[in-house]
Amino acid sequence: MSSRETILARVRSALADIPFAETPDAVPVPRDYARTRTGPDLIELLRDRLVDYRATVHLDTPVAELARARGRLMVPPGTPDEWLSGVDVVRDDPPLSPAELDRLDGVLTGCAVAIAETGTIVLDGGEAQGRRALTLVPDHHLCVVRRDQVVRTVPEALERLDPTRPLTWISGPSATSDIELNRVEGVHGPRTLEVAII
Amino acid sequence: MSSTFVGMPPFPKAASRAVGDAQLRHNLRKATHTIRDKRAAVVAEQPDWAALRAAGAAVKTRVLRHLDGYLEQLEAAVERAGGHVHWAADAAEANRIVIDLVRATGETEVVKVKSMATQEIDLNEALAEAGITAYETDLAELIVQLGDDRPSHILVPAIHRNRAEIREIFRVAMAAWGRPAPDDLTDDPRALAEAARLHLRERFLTAKVGISGANFAVAETGTLVVLESEGNGRMCLTLPETLISVVGIEKLVPTWRDLEVFMQLLPRSSTGERMNPYTSMWTGAAEGQDFHLVLLDNGRTKVLADGVGRQALRCIRCSACLNVCPVYERTGGHAYGSVYPGPIGAILTPQLRGLGSELDASLPYASTLCGACYDVCPVAINIPEVLLHLRAKVGASGAHKVEKLTMRAARRVLSSPALLAASQRTAGRFRRLTPRRLPGPLAAWTDTRDVPAPPPQSFREWWASREEQK
Repeated sequence: MSSRETILARVRSALADIPFAETPDAVPVPRDYARTRTGPDLIELLRDRLVDYRATVHLDTPVAELARARGRLMVPPGTPDEWLSGVDVVRDDPPLSPAELDRLDGVLTGCAVAIAETGTIVLDGGEAQGRRALTLVPDHHLCVVRRDQVVRTVPEALERLDPTRPLTWISGPSATSDIELNRVEGVHGPRTLEVAII
Repeated sequence: MSSTFVGMPPFPKAASRAVGDAQLRHNLRKATHTIRDKRAAVVAEQPDWAALRAAGAAVKTRVLRHLDGYLEQLEAAVERAGGHVHWAADAAEANRIVIDLVRATGETEVVKVKSMATQEIDLNEALAEAGITAYETDLAELIVQLGDDRPSHILVPAIHRNRAEIREIFRVAMAAWGRPAPDDLTDDPRALAEAARLHLRERFLTAKVGISGANFAVAETGTLVVLESEGNGRMCLTLPETLISVVGIEKLVPTWRDLEVFMQLLPRSSTGERMNPYTSMWTGAAEGQDFHLVLLDNGRTKVLADGVGRQALRCIRCSACLNVCPVYERTGGHAYGSVYPGPIGAILTPQLRGLGSELDASLPYASTLCGACYDVCPVAINIPEVLLHLRAKVGASGAHKVEKLTMRAARRVLSSPALLAASQRTAGRFRRLTPRRLPGPLAAWTDTRDVPAPPPQSFREWWASREEQK
């Protein structure tokens, strides 16, 4: 018997007390939690929560202006030209090695969704986001969030996301609390997260 | 290489040693109180916490009651998305699978994301024996690995170390594993984190094989989820060409939508943050990676077979129960003799490994039954209930012979008024001869208590003499 069969047989014998006719859906899951909430202005909330986790936030500053101040930036496919005027741009074509990414000044991306309550930005590798390494290796991440991409709660965000895409949820810059539970920003991921809400 | 837990003494012995270590008690108290306060603050912020907790418990109950079907569904979804699925009945088989997969790549080094499952099976030790070096990349795991130490907390494995100790470990041991610590390294947490960044940077950028666990696996879509803080997880999950994830069979959730519950419950319960800095979610061979999922049993089906104990498999490893436990706060994690310490460890370890060893049979007693763990558990595991259930099992298994004999004698005496009166009279008369310590096996009881002196007169005698005087 393969281990697959062994484990499945063990599971079935362990569950001998479950009525044979019970279907998974017959096990009730109460979903009384909130899908959304009313509360403070969505954009204000997102800004507060991002700042709380040490991200830098700009409201309605032209993206190109912010990008120009950052040196040589990796720019993923699908980035709007208006974000790039006068910017020193590097393209991932042909794909750069991790070591080459490490030598860049930063990366400029868009996002898929932003969650206001938790100060989270989700990337899904789509337009203006690129593969996951692009937002991981460079030390500075400038991320553009359009107002229509902001939702209030986690359940609202999941509704908009596609699980077949590789997803990265980002809440502030890289951090650790492993030394006496003190939060220290900046370990292996980008040490600076700059968010432009437009 | 970190040492393993084999051959640990039973809990009371290990605990009394730990309680005598003032530095350890200080580190633990500071850390557990910091994190429990943070948790309480962000949980209070969430008005629907009770509803989320009920949903989380119910989703996990649903998975466990129909685990066979969900496992098959997950396997099909992962394979459809280009991943490979392996099944490991026990630790030895899981280690063998991982070693074979690493060997097939021709590599002799792997980078690892913190994972409870791979610690449980002693994967690093097995890899080392096979000539493969595993580099731990989580800061706390790095501290444990460099210090040739054992983890003592689920979330913060080096919680027992303070900054001065960490600086010393980095200074002494980093060079043997790669880039040495800077000469002017201070014990400022920032400087220590920076030293870890530099030490691991090159390793990440050149790694060909990554090994991880997972916090959740979605049966419906085949999506795996890893929550982390530092970015070492993203490094290990995305940069290597080959990714091997070792995942316990209880980590499943049925649907994508169920993550909306756990992505709220887990970060707030574990690090006390609204959201952890990074979460990676991927399905199968993401971005062309060679992806292998190893599904691990290693005792989980034994836990599943116990109708009461089964609920321990709902655990999402947040460690909130450790941080509120009055016993854990004083003894630390090592005394529990397992990678799963604290209240959850006291019910999980004896079920995964069985009650055979003296250590495992002592774990259900490593509790005051105060219930604080149950209150904070985000999936409402009734830990006190399972502790009592396991204590009953230990009792029924023939342990505690002296206690049982004593109780049997007590029952005879207490159910006969004549016998009770006679023994009370005798005790009262010879009260000056009461020993402070009991002899033989009873000494275990008086190791931590004085024998109470019997009163000169029992209540009944006093009552009777009072009636006579009237």
